[in-house]
Amino acid sequence: MSTNDDRAVVVIQLTGGNDYLNTVIPYNNELYFDNRPHVYHNPDKVIKLDDTLGLNPSMGPIKDLWDEGNVAIINGIGYPEPNRSHFRSMDIWHTAEPTKVINEGWLARAIRDIDPSGDNVLTGLNLGRGLPRALACKGVPVASVGSLENYGLFPDARDEAARLEILNTFTRMYGGTVGRDAVSEFISQTGNYAIKGADTLRTAPQKYMSSVEYSANPLSQSLRDAAQVMFADLGTRVFYAQHGSFDTHGGELPVHATLWSEVASAIGDFTDDLKEHGRYDNTLILMFSEFGRRIKDNGSGTDHGSGGVAFCIGGAVEGGFYGEYPSLKEQNQLDGDLRFNNDFRETYSTILDRWLGLDPVHIVNGRFEQFNFI
Amino acid sequence: MIATEGFQLMAHLLRRAGFGATYTEIQEQLSEGYESTIETYLQPSDSDSRHLEDDVIRRYHSDIHESRIPEAPGSQWVYRMVTTNSPLEEKIALFWHGIFATGFSKTQQGPSLFLQIETFRELGLGKFDDLLLAISKDPVMIMWLDNQDNHKGAINENFGRELLELFSMGIGNYTETDIKECARAFTGWTLDNAEYMEARSLKASIWPYGGIAWHYDYRDEDHDHGAKEFLGERGNFNGDDIIEIICRNPATARFIARHIYDFFVADEAPVPQWPYVPPVDPDAIEILADAYLQSNHDISSVLRVLFNSDFFKQSRFARVKCPAEFVVGALRLSGAISEPTLEINEARAVIGYMGQFLLNPPSVEGWHEGQEWINSGALVERVNFAAKQLSNVDNPGVKNIISELTRQTEEHSTPEFIVDRCLDLMGPLTMTEDDTKFALVEHVANGGDLNLQNLDTDDNSLQRVGDLLGLIASTKEYHRT
Repeated sequence: MSTNDDRAVVVIQLTGGNDYLNTVIPYNNELYFDNRPHVYHNPDKVIKLDDTLGLNPSMGPIKDLWDEGNVAIINGIGYPEPNRSHFRSMDIWHTAEPTKVINEGWLARAIRDIDPSGDNVLTGLNLGRGLPRALACKGVPVASVGSLENYGLFPDARDEAARLEILNTFTRMYGGTVGRDAVSEFISQTGNYAIKGADTLRTAPQKYMSSVEYSANPLSQSLRDAAQVMFADLGTRVFYAQHGSFDTHGGELPVHATLWSEVASAIGDFTDDLKEHGRYDNTLILMFSEFGRRIKDNGSGTDHGSGGVAFCIGGAVEGGFYGEYPSLKEQNQLDGDLRFNNDFRETYSTILDRWLGLDPVHIVNGRFEQFNFI
Repeated sequence: MIATEGFQLMAHLLRRAGFGATYTEIQEQLSEGYESTIETYLQPSDSDSRHLEDDVIRRYHSDIHESRIPEAPGSQWVYRMVTTNSPLEEKIALFWHGIFATGFSKTQQGPSLFLQIETFRELGLGKFDDLLLAISKDPVMIMWLDNQDNHKGAINENFGRELLELFSMGIGNYTETDIKECARAFTGWTLDNAEYMEARSLKASIWPYGGIAWHYDYRDEDHDHGAKEFLGERGNFNGDDIIEIICRNPATARFIARHIYDFFVADEAPVPQWPYVPPVDPDAIEILADAYLQSNHDISSVLRVLFNSDFFKQSRFARVKCPAEFVVGALRLSGAISEPTLEINEARAVIGYMGQFLLNPPSVEGWHEGQEWINSGALVERVNFAAKQLSNVDNPGVKNIISELTRQTEEHSTPEFIVDRCLDLMGPLTMTEDDTKFALVEHVANGGDLNLQNLDTDDNSLQRVGDLLGLIASTKEYHRT
């Protein structure tokens, strides 16, 4: 059993609202076919998990992990009074706060608890462009890396001596922690994190060896960067990556299939690499989307809905179904949507408490029941 | 700081209404006058333009032409931003792109995205109703928000919802029923040969039709002609009626005013917080909203009021530059790019690495702006890009800065004097914190005497000036506008 100190969580955000009904498919439920006259999967093609539910045909590599007993599928995940705006709903998942707008991300708060003094600027690492709000919090350093290979400051200086002089002056310019205003202070602080993080991250690709060949899709490449940083033992505990867009209002079937085949192959590559390096038991992957989609299709796609699915994957995960698969019966629906039956903060609390060893209450803004997948 | 108040104010206007200006350009505009410059900017003219025409690019610069690679329309746009003589035309296009955020990820249609930007150029400074109508008929917007699937008797509410939430009034000013009625009014607004075009786009193939722009089509037989009740009004509304109702709604005036304030004056809270968080300057929003309503929704009139207002003049460096402003500004200052070469592709890509993949926003809600542009990854990108551009003494704009610097300094000018001159020539930039300027002065002093009078033969001094300019482009202050 690993200790909390070397456990990592890798969050994968499925941006745009993943269609739950076509991800974990109730393949012999007549109501599924009644509501989805156009946007449905043939039961013969569905990857069956049990007598009633199966995976999207593109999710093969995830089925392999399921068979190994390490995939927890959290059915019917959501939050009260679902919001069907992408932006707002994503904010709710990011801040773990459905009732009011706040700026602090739940993972940023977790990072602050892991490393209260902010000594390690690489405790949290975002793979990709921009910083998701889940990782944003004043005073919490998080590195955001588009591409690991050319990460660093002033690589174009005319020679190394000049680069060091410039870097020295740059460090002084960004050194003042008291600024004219909050934005100036924020830029200063970010500059300091960048200086510290860049030099450390540069070492990761050099140390990396693996027999796994990752697929070319962007999520695979991001997870390869995550593996490199993880195996370099830089103390990174929280990784974040995203894939999309799952906003399948139109032409859903081919788009959704491509997206899931990319995600599944990325997960397959990454877990292969983790196993090769003995990290599978220390890594937990959480995959979520901001909402599910309407029960009825619209002819070629599906509109924004509520009630969704999340996945937790890892060597220490007790696989199986958690939560309940929501009823498709009309009397059980919520304005034409699936009704959620477990708050996403239960899953967050489980991960924070049982995996990272943190007190979840103030991170998720309340006390929630926990699942037994860890 | 030797730059006069008038000079600094003009520099501020040219940064906000455009992408910043060189020392010479600021001087030229100063002789034209502040108000007169505003009028010139508000009436874009393509005469005397520095950029190649699109058809020439299409023929001779296929590398950055829209039909060849998905990112190409973004590159073509960056080329226009870098070379235009009518900067506000591109700036307003950038403004509207942040609101009517349409992306390649779903549409796979470069030519139509390129034409959407052209629509922003043509109508972005005019009457808002005209712009909103054009965008509602814009084929790539139709495909982006699935209005080709919005049929009589089977609505797809995606466009109807975003029209109200993101494009005009903002959350809290309408009901779910209004959304459905709005969607009904836009049934039949589709594109020519929609089913086939959609099938092509899903295959992500650029041929044979992927490389040719889509066209709007109105199908009367698919339009729901029935009575609708929308925002308390009742009638057999079609889409244009809905737009007319929306555009005269005071909520629209305030929502657009707040967006304009956010983009041209000072960073606001993120858009999703607007229903809950009051504006930075409520009086300014009222003034701009009034200007909108008084002028019959004319965006130029709103901007004229804005640029002449005290709240604008006092807002220097109140915004964090968005990546496009940052990169284009640095390129216009360095003069590194004048032709549509592959360097434009790199510039377009780096804007993406900084978090703003043009013509491919993360969602229809556009980007999280302001301070959220800055994180350690983006900051590294910004610093590295600006330092590379401005420290390269072979770039024409850098050469101009250095020759002006030579003219303004003497053999025994002090490091502080040299740094002050450089700050003026690069902005003028106000170093708001002593730390920054002190570090720059020390940097010059530590390198020994810096004589700018014999740079033709003194390569070491020339390189050191380059380093200094690169460092100034790396300051905290340079991230803001």
